[in-house]
Amino acid sequence: MTVNFDPRYLKREFQSVGTRPLRPDGIDKVTGRARYGADFNMPGQLVGRILRSPHAHAVIEKIDTSKAEALPGVKAVITAADLPNLTDGDAAMFDVLDNCMARRKVLYDGHAVAAVAAVDARTARQALKLIEVEYQVLPHVTDVDEAVKETAPILHESVFTEGTETRPGKPSNVAKRVQYGHGDVEAGFAQADFIVERSFKTEQTHQGYIEPHACVASVGPDGTADLWVCTQGHFVYRQHCAQLLGMDASKLRVTSSEIGGGFGGKTHVWAEPVALALSRKAGRPVKLVMTRDEVFRATGPTSATSIDVKIGARKDGTIVAAEATLRYSSGAYAGMWAELGAMTAFACYRLENVKTVGYEVLVNRPKTAPYRAPSSPQAAFAVESVIDELAHKIGIDPVDFRIKNAAQEGTRSSYGPIYGPIGIGPTLEAAKNHPHMKAPLGPNQGRGMACGFWFNFGGQTCTDLNIGMDGTVSLAVGTVDVGGSRASLSLVAAEELGIDYSQVRAVVADTSSLGYNDMTDGSRGTFSSSMATISAARNAIKVLRERAAQMWDIPVEEVIWEKGHAVAVGEKHGNLGRLSLKQIAAESGKTGGPIAGHSELVADGAGVSFATHICDVEVDPATGATKVLRYTVIQDAGKAVHPTYVEGQYQGGAAQGIGWALNEEYIYGEDGRLQNAGFLDYRIPVCSDLPMIDTQILEIPNPNHPYGVRGVGETSIVPPLAAVANAVSNAVGVRMTHIPMSPPRILAAIEAKGSG
Amino acid sequence: MAGIAVSTTINGDKVEYLCHPDETLLEVLRDRLGLTGAKEGCGTGDCGACSIILDDRLVCSCLVLAPEAEGRRVETIEGMAHGDKLHPLQQKFIEHAALQCGVCTPGFLMAAKDLLTKNPNPTEEEIRFGLAGNLCRCTGYDKIVRAVQDAASMMRGAA
Amino acid sequence: MRYIRPLSIDDAVTLIEGSAGTAAILAGGSDLLVRMKGGFIEPDLIVDIKSIDGLREIRETPEGFSIGAATPCAVLRENTALTKAWPGVVEAASLIGSKQVQGRCTIVGNLCNASPAADSVPALVAANARASIVGPSGRRVVPVQAVPVGPGKTSLVKGEVIDAILLDKRPPRSGDAYQRFTPRTEMDIAVVSAGANLTIDEQGVIVSARLALGAVAPTVLLVEEAANVLVGSKPDEATLERLATVCSDACRPIDDKRGTAAYRKKVAGVLAKRVVAAAYARAGGK
Repeated sequence: MTVNFDPRYLKREFQSVGTRPLRPDGIDKVTGRARYGADFNMPGQLVGRILRSPHAHAVIEKIDTSKAEALPGVKAVITAADLPNLTDGDAAMFDVLDNCMARRKVLYDGHAVAAVAAVDARTARQALKLIEVEYQVLPHVTDVDEAVKETAPILHESVFTEGTETRPGKPSNVAKRVQYGHGDVEAGFAQADFIVERSFKTEQTHQGYIEPHACVASVGPDGTADLWVCTQGHFVYRQHCAQLLGMDASKLRVTSSEIGGGFGGKTHVWAEPVALALSRKAGRPVKLVMTRDEVFRATGPTSATSIDVKIGARKDGTIVAAEATLRYSSGAYAGMWAELGAMTAFACYRLENVKTVGYEVLVNRPKTAPYRAPSSPQAAFAVESVIDELAHKIGIDPVDFRIKNAAQEGTRSSYGPIYGPIGIGPTLEAAKNHPHMKAPLGPNQGRGMACGFWFNFGGQTCTDLNIGMDGTVSLAVGTVDVGGSRASLSLVAAEELGIDYSQVRAVVADTSSLGYNDMTDGSRGTFSSSMATISAARNAIKVLRERAAQMWDIPVEEVIWEKGHAVAVGEKHGNLGRLSLKQIAAESGKTGGPIAGHSELVADGAGVSFATHICDVEVDPATGATKVLRYTVIQDAGKAVHPTYVEGQYQGGAAQGIGWALNEEYIYGEDGRLQNAGFLDYRIPVCSDLPMIDTQILEIPNPNHPYGVRGVGETSIVPPLAAVANAVSNAVGVRMTHIPMSPPRILAAIEAKGSG
Repeated sequence: MAGIAVSTTINGDKVEYLCHPDETLLEVLRDRLGLTGAKEGCGTGDCGACSIILDDRLVCSCLVLAPEAEGRRVETIEGMAHGDKLHPLQQKFIEHAALQCGVCTPGFLMAAKDLLTKNPNPTEEEIRFGLAGNLCRCTGYDKIVRAVQDAASMMRGAA
Repeated sequence: MRYIRPLSIDDAVTLIEGSAGTAAILAGGSDLLVRMKGGFIEPDLIVDIKSIDGLREIRETPEGFSIGAATPCAVLRENTALTKAWPGVVEAASLIGSKQVQGRCTIVGNLCNASPAADSVPALVAANARASIVGPSGRRVVPVQAVPVGPGKTSLVKGEVIDAILLDKRPPRSGDAYQRFTPRTEMDIAVVSAGANLTIDEQGVIVSARLALGAVAPTVLLVEEAANVLVGSKPDEATLERLATVCSDACRPIDDKRGTAAYRKKVAGVLAKRVVAAAYARAGGK
């Protein structure tokens, strides 16, 4: 057990959890007072700017910074030489270092090669123009299928495919091969009455947060440093920056600003070590804000994929075998993206014979970072499309087909573990009975549905709960608030202490004030911090009981905590009445000092989350234009601590998935350069593109959380690619296999069908 | 190069500043005047996070040169509330959870205010097209539209 | 770099002609500032024309309309008379950019930016609009089609400033329309666009037609063959099919990040049909 209390789910009535109070940080955000990454300034600060490679693949022969250094107003110029390799054999950290500033080769259009800090933006821009870089341009490869070919240019001579039976003789762009599954798919397919086999492609997308990366770094002459930054994980940033710069972590204080969106894209460092290195060299604070162009070219988009799926079923609708081969691009440095795809592809289903093989493929594109349930949407697109096609072939309703084969409690998942109580079946049943399914469809309209899965993470979490002498409660948490978790955690604290929500105030503390916290990803924000909050609150309650016991001069074993009050139990204490938290707090100065509860724990048992989505579209057969008419998200939240914010997560993930399905993609030219590095041509949905998004929250409690909470933030992006693809395919009568289904692709598919 | 002296009105107050000819109004608001409510999401007028109202017209402040504000009236998010009294739109955005990360919110509030000033009883479609110049990546726009509908209703009731 | 705001058109002309380096005209700024930020232009002089008398208004004259060069597109839509007479021109102008851009951008800026995909230009060309140009040699009036000569290039010489767009009075039974294809419902640059301007007779037969296509060639295409197909006919299915073929054939589009050549060819034909149907309905045809 890694928590100091029993974390198991206990069915109960809730007072605060499950209600919908207004969030505490709302007023600052609607008045413009909230401060994001670029809203902070330090006296004497310089402006930092980064010089980036215009080539997709090249050797850096020489960098001459002398002219830039000589420009008046320039206070520091750095290259990789100013960021020595202190990674001590840690290959993953070396990749981070090389990605922050190229050392020998540039590996993608936009790869950082140098940086300047100057007195103003104009001077910084001019200085960049004065840095002379000599490149030896190399052949490049940006497509995931091209990169695996024998003839493809190799990105890293030191990379030999891992995970194959025999060690390969030469380097490859395939960094890893992974395999998951159980049973015997060959034997399974032999039993099938119907088999569908198809290949799919998805293009690269970006998280598309509206706030570009921004930080202010200040390194003092004594080596202590401050970093103000928008991040999903200030503790992780501290650790990575300290390591790369050779500082003690305790000397670097990282403060997390409000974050203007992350979705996984602000879990890695790019500009922050550069800003710190500039500040260290210049001896002054440096503010470094990325432009939108830099965000698209040089942060962490998703994987592009190429996926083959084969599923076989008997005529009674039982799936007998399922197989997938998944090629995921990881950008210029290997990650775990193919592995996550291979794990999640068939996670919704109960299968006797299943096999997934994943290939992690290097390409001359930016290093992939997580994007909300990373790798799962692409795999779900491929699998759910084939499931739909197979259902049609057999003659079974697509929802019933899924219900028949859905994973249940006790199912051995396709990626290994046995499932506990899970929500896939309930979400499918709810979808089947949802009024959306009965809405009439007109000409050129089609309906599609799909399931999705995401595991959620627990991780290291610390929380401080302090009770002021006026009885109000301050809660310091270490997980960054991306979507309202401060409100949810205040509800949890109020619930545990038995007091009103209005008496609790949650803040996100900086790295000097709390122990290590993993970042806000893996849908862990509310799950883990609520565990830690519950733990801290229960520790505080122990102290409150002790103080009450002291005030009454009775043994603490005879004091219980009930509905926000200390109550003395036993007949002999019948005349003692109750002491409220406020009363006990008011006396705390005399009874032993400030009352607090702390918690440091590794939250375990995060619980998996399933969703089913339904989508209706209308396609203009003359142009391929698609309009989304109706969209419904049905997802299991375990227990919705703050239902309004859970709805918001469902709607936001669905909207991102719809954009991914219809219009969003990275477009690279023949020259390996990104052509659409802006919001004009990287097309995320606008308000008029979407209908209202209906949501239904199911609550199948997670047995490993006291309230049954499951992570909710990510699963909602998993089904949309397939739900929209199934809808479009039904509307036009052609199976769509390439995401995004932009109008030219849809029109080409319609025309191919017409002429075929 | 000497700066250009500009005299303008921001949220009802007379303001003077010096600027370069090619500085944008957004840069002046944020970096010279400390009004960081307007955000730079793209710098090219494609996201609306820098939206302000200039002489009763909704504009992207990243596409207005700072000297152009001479003699004109600028309204930013910082002027939307009156003291501690929130504008109905601000109140409704909070009530409907029409914000998650909140970075697009100032721009949306300016756009919604402009919309309701010119069209106090908009249909859902008119709201969606009226706000199409503002990108949100967190909410999927559903709760934003509902907040605007509710605020419009409240403002019509009070009128 | 200098920023100047002249009060008369003659001052503007003198300033620009006399400037040593590059001079840029600023009206709405929605193209100029984007190009400056992208590093494509670094003007030595910015001439803001918004304070010049008469440039921010729409005048109705016996000959038709004169739209001042600094008039924001949002103002066009607010002008009832203009919207009634030239709904196609107004709807084209209203599609440029977002709500925020609409309060700033101008059709003259759109024309002079000379993007092949500019929204206002096909409608203006179909409308036979003219540009009134003031320069060092005085005033000249040319068809708007003569202004853009290639992507990003115009036929204006240094010192020339367009001060108005002129539109004729409408003969009875006339209508114009503009449609474009974009992947999203707003905010996109047109992948392909079409503007149509028709006059019909009492029987509903088309007596004059102009059809212009955007984003399918370096500059807007006025498709002569389209007029040949339409004049003397009603827009029945056979005529519209012939129209679509003629328009697709006239296109010379490229593949780029916004669309493929094949797609543009196909959809140009589709839009031509739709825009002619819309213009015909506005002209009173059934």
